[in-house]
Amino acid sequence: MQDVFVTPFIGSRIGRPRQYLLSILSVCLVSAVCFLFSSYIGVEVVAFVLLLTLSLIAMFFDILPVLLTALLSALIWDYFFLLPRYNLQVGNTEDRILLSMYFVIAMVNAVLTYKIRQIEKIARQKEEKAKTLKLYNTLLNSLSHEFRTPIATIIGATDNLLEQPERLTRDDSRKLLTEISVASLRLNRHVENLLNMSRLESGFIQPKKDWQDVHEMILSVLHQLEEPLTGRRVIVSIRDGLPPARLDYGLMEQVLYNLLHNAALYTPPGTPVFISATRFAGELILIVEDDGPGFPDNEIARVFDKFYRLANSRIGGAGLGLSIVKGFVEAHNGSIELTNRASGGACFIISIPGCFSRETEAVKKLSYQLSVS
Amino acid sequence: MNLKTTTEILVIDDETSIRRILEITLQSHGYSILQAATAQEGLQLTATHSPDLIILDLGLPDESGHTTLKKMREWFGKPVIILSVLSGEQDIIAALDNGANDYLIKPFRTGELLARIRSAMRSASRDDEGPVIHLNGLEIDLSTRTVKKDNELLKLTATQYALLALFGRNIGKVLTHQYLLREIWGSDHVDQLQYLRVFIAQLRKKIEKDANYPEHIITESGVGYRFLAGSN
Repeated sequence: MQDVFVTPFIGSRIGRPRQYLLSILSVCLVSAVCFLFSSYIGVEVVAFVLLLTLSLIAMFFDILPVLLTALLSALIWDYFFLLPRYNLQVGNTEDRILLSMYFVIAMVNAVLTYKIRQIEKIARQKEEKAKTLKLYNTLLNSLSHEFRTPIATIIGATDNLLEQPERLTRDDSRKLLTEISVASLRLNRHVENLLNMSRLESGFIQPKKDWQDVHEMILSVLHQLEEPLTGRRVIVSIRDGLPPARLDYGLMEQVLYNLLHNAALYTPPGTPVFISATRFAGELILIVEDDGPGFPDNEIARVFDKFYRLANSRIGGAGLGLSIVKGFVEAHNGSIELTNRASGGACFIISIPGCFSRETEAVKKLSYQLSVS
Repeated sequence: MNLKTTTEILVIDDETSIRRILEITLQSHGYSILQAATAQEGLQLTATHSPDLIILDLGLPDESGHTTLKKMREWFGKPVIILSVLSGEQDIIAALDNGANDYLIKPFRTGELLARIRSAMRSASRDDEGPVIHLNGLEIDLSTRTVKKDNELLKLTATQYALLALFGRNIGKVLTHQYLLREIWGSDHVDQLQYLRVFIAQLRKKIEKDANYPEHIITESGVGYRFLAGSN
């Protein structure tokens, strides 16, 4: 039955039993203060003070504690303040009218405040619903665009190739085949990203860590990205003697792939991309930088959110890449930070702690000694 | 000499891959093609080249294609076909109400697109024809307000005739429920879909060979009706 009652802002934070307790306490406290000064103030003033207390309680608490407060304050007022005192009996007609009016006003007050809050709550819920719906629609549109565009390309190309091949020149056919290939890879990437995202969402991502050579991993990713990175200088700097790190190869490969692929997609053709790997304070530090336009300052905090796309984004995308990067880095207990470089490009800094163990330190020392001697 | 010997189609779509597919498809079928990647570029080309037909995407980077369509329709009277991934009825209805001649959802079949282009081009050139619309076995004479089926005069009520004449003037084009209701019954009745359903059913019984398998009045579910000439 909990749902029947409105749990407003503060009320929702304070449990029902405590609401009762606080209501009773505040009424008693206020009454006690009034009682101390009862020789200076009239019963009517006490009534107003109590009504004020009730109004305040009604603003924050549920209907039942408020009704209890109304009843309690009426009884206290009658017993301690209305003549004859210390008696629930009411002496004269005027006081009887006063008491009944007090009770009615208290009830109306409680019920009205409750109703207003309920209306507010419904309005708030509606607003939230509309927001969620809008978000859902944007999301669905962007996803359907990302999937339907390559599918449309493939269907359009195959229709041409199959139905009227005699109308096509050799060059046309080649172009169509290239489009099919590009579209298929794009689709595959989206499927990979969605699968990775659902792995992350399920919370069951268990990095299978093993000793990896970071340099080799970077080179492997660059090899996969050869085509999109065509025409760019890729500057790789690896700290000398960087020891092997305990990482999940698949996950970290995806992290680097997404960052470098983004750089290839979203920065002007021909601009360089920088990757570096180093060790700092026992952590593995991976830095991916570019010479592109960077990220707008007001959006930088949200780029890792799932399905978030930059407001001015002109190139397709589902808004999954960076959230997967973050998820996979965090699966390694690491963190990722995004800043804009002074020169304007984006700079992603990944730090992963605890991936170099002391053992490797020993191994490294040993291998160093061996190489020296 | 007329510079334009072939039908010129302007494709406004931000996806390079889609533009390339359309380029090859259309060129191999004898159309010449202009391309634009943004709404601004598209509007500019429309103004400077006055293409014979426009294929417009709704998700453009600089503005919504709906807005572009509205701007375009202020001075561009030739056919516009929407080609979009947006498959919701709201988007289709909005585009048609803003003056699009047709709406095709991506992914699309090449044959279907070419058929829609031909149909849009046909209805665009039909404007100059006389008052008699000839369809497969059906003849609508707009001047005498008579309709013949297999050379026999059909008895139609005034509303049935108005509806059929409206269809006849828009062959191949999807007419939305709201448009039909507004044109026939007036703007007070745009929500009264049941009127339309009743009259469509009556009209189908009179003009179709088999009202269960209509070949003239085709339902576009959730959006409206498309009137076709029928198969020969």
